[in-house]
Amino acid sequence: MDFNDTTEEAKFRKEVGDWLSANATLKEDEESGSYPGMGEDDALSLAKKWAAKLYDSGWACLHWPSEYGGRGSTPIERVIWGQEASKYRIPGGFFEIGQGMAGPVLMMYATEEQKKRYLPPMAKGEEIWCQLFSEPGAGSDLAGLKTKSVLEGDTWTINGQKIWTSGAHYSDYGILVTRSDASAQKHKGLTYFFLDMKSPGVEVRPIKQISGGANFNEVYFTDVKIPDEQRLGSVGDGWKVALTTLMNERLAVGDASGPDFQEAFNLACGHDLNGDLAIKDGSVRDKLADWYCQSSGLKYTKYRNISALSRGETPGPQASITKIVSGNKLQEIANFGMDIMDAAGIVRPESADAEQNMYQMGFFGAAGIRIAGGTDEILRNIISEQVLGLPQDMRADKGIPFNEIPSSNK
Amino acid sequence: MNFEFSSDQMLLKDQARKFLESEESVKKAREVLEGEQTYDESLWRSVIEMGWTATTIPEEFDGLGLGYLELCVIAEELGRSLAPTPFSSSVYLATEALISLGSNEQKQSYLPRLATGEIIGTLAHTESTSSPSVENLTCELNGNKLNGTKIAVTDGDIANFAVVSAKEGEKAVLCLVDLSTKGVEITSQNTLDPSRSHASINFKDAEADILGADVDGWIALQEILDRAAVLFAFEQLGGAEACMNMAKEYAMGRFAFGRPIASFQAIKHKIADMYIAVELARSNCYFGAWALSTDAPELPTAAATSRVSASKAFHECSKENIQTHGGMGFTWEFDCHLYYRRCRQLAANIGSQAVWKNKLISSLERANQI
Repeated sequence: MDFNDTTEEAKFRKEVGDWLSANATLKEDEESGSYPGMGEDDALSLAKKWAAKLYDSGWACLHWPSEYGGRGSTPIERVIWGQEASKYRIPGGFFEIGQGMAGPVLMMYATEEQKKRYLPPMAKGEEIWCQLFSEPGAGSDLAGLKTKSVLEGDTWTINGQKIWTSGAHYSDYGILVTRSDASAQKHKGLTYFFLDMKSPGVEVRPIKQISGGANFNEVYFTDVKIPDEQRLGSVGDGWKVALTTLMNERLAVGDASGPDFQEAFNLACGHDLNGDLAIKDGSVRDKLADWYCQSSGLKYTKYRNISALSRGETPGPQASITKIVSGNKLQEIANFGMDIMDAAGIVRPESADAEQNMYQMGFFGAAGIRIAGGTDEILRNIISEQVLGLPQDMRADKGIPFNEIPSSNK
Repeated sequence: MNFEFSSDQMLLKDQARKFLESEESVKKAREVLEGEQTYDESLWRSVIEMGWTATTIPEEFDGLGLGYLELCVIAEELGRSLAPTPFSSSVYLATEALISLGSNEQKQSYLPRLATGEIIGTLAHTESTSSPSVENLTCELNGNKLNGTKIAVTDGDIANFAVVSAKEGEKAVLCLVDLSTKGVEITSQNTLDPSRSHASINFKDAEADILGADVDGWIALQEILDRAAVLFAFEQLGGAEACMNMAKEYAMGRFAFGRPIASFQAIKHKIADMYIAVELARSNCYFGAWALSTDAPELPTAAATSRVSASKAFHECSKENIQTHGGMGFTWEFDCHLYYRRCRQLAANIGSQAVWKNKLISSLERANQI
């Protein structure tokens, strides 16, 4: 039992480290975010420049085959890249849906010509993709979606509404699941496409979030035309294609970002409580110990998964526990941090670098991350069904044509 | 990265599990709980024959000289099977105290006999319902005479000798006491978990031999407890996982409202939470195992982390296992209560959750000052 790289891993780590140190700036403080407080336009232009640099140097999309602009790296090499890159201030946050979810689906279902056309610009960060899955009436129960697709000749016509679409407002393309047959059973009448977000009839409206930001949107489709050649998978097979995408989403969702044990510990060491340092307080120590055990447990769970990758094995869906534990921990730590700062904890600071801001953003961010990419409750279903083998819940919609299933709107 | 037990260690673990199943260890725990015996002698003899009591004892003292990782996997299986033997007291505490603090003479005298199971040892530390400290210890050592009373000593009425904490003047010391010697009076104590025996021990001018003559006894004891905490944590981990599996199997087979109760989210989410607690504890236990086996400077942090995490997991799993079983879980006949009891026993044995949480934060405060 050790934390050491194999010879090949060490060689790869050195190669990564050398390139990063020549091309990126080390973070001053390991915990600080990449570029706190920067506006979206500036962040996007910075991220595009960085993505192009990665692409030109052969470091884009490590897990993709090289003919589509990737590097053909092993999973463990991707982990090593992630570990080394986390030491640097690296712009990002715009390409993950494309490179992590849309790309792999195109690789499985698109024609060779389409792959050559769309994958390299995706890898280079020139074209940004979004994911048009959730609907107002279909979130956790995604297969209950209603956006309608009708085929006439070689062209599909799309009508309906999507929601929670991250980055739709700056995306060039999107992956889209629709209902092509409402008389078929729920999971059997879906069809999957990709489309140009500039198509006539696509309207993007930002959603203002509880944090005040607007990262995601509602997307309305009014008689939007999609050529049949942009269908991915067979007609009626959209659920299968969507599952491939969601599997990749779960791999892409990681730790909740924000203040963790170390920040809470530092805060308690630097603030007074009941006339003494907060760290001397028994209830503070009790909470800190719990958070340390959770952080440490997640860290070493990750190490166990990396060890499995290193041996060439596939890590199990244990990754599902990461988001549940870190999202809830973040919510508690954020609340604790503001509580320690007493009444001043809720005052919005002038600078985004201020300590208050980190806890305030965590307070809102945690509420979102417990929902995004699979709610805590859906993840518990996944753990109990896919890891522990417990039976599925009894369902009221099984074996019934979709248009006869009771829904909120009926 | 290779943050995993080796295939040999996993094989040892597998053998240990099968051996303890074939020995019907859980059934024997119930027999000890219900009967008059203080531990299961036949299981203890088998454990000795497997060589487990000799695992970390150096070869020069007739041990196997294996590493702590081997002992960790054995501990997990002993915990899973509720083994009613004095293994934790004799191996994690007494043997380890001798290996780290014993003079050559003491090692020569005790270790070979501990390896062969000829003698059993334990740690006698608790004196009252207050958590022990240098200030509140009342056992006193004068010259080589020990006076005072220890209570809730696990395996105190089984052990041949005890490592005893005491005051010598103002400082704390550890000493070895032969429990058959004159001036030692042992009284069995009933506890919540009669599958492990407990006793109070009164020392009246009992002959004692200083252990670790040139070290601070309190610091030395904390180091012994840190090392033992990792091994106790593995026992707790094994127990926690056993409870999760019991809950899962029961929920799959128990039907209500025309369906297995395992299909209700209220039950599924409960079992998913058990899984989360067990996985976090397992990963933290591996951190502890790594620190213990490499004698890493992180050991105090790693030990407390694995202990706190495993105590929490076992508590969560043993109580929710009863809940999942419904009324049957509250019956004497079902095994749920055996784990509920053992969970409490292991949580109490080397200091409470509050003590270990405080140790964890204290170790991190020290690490942050460096």
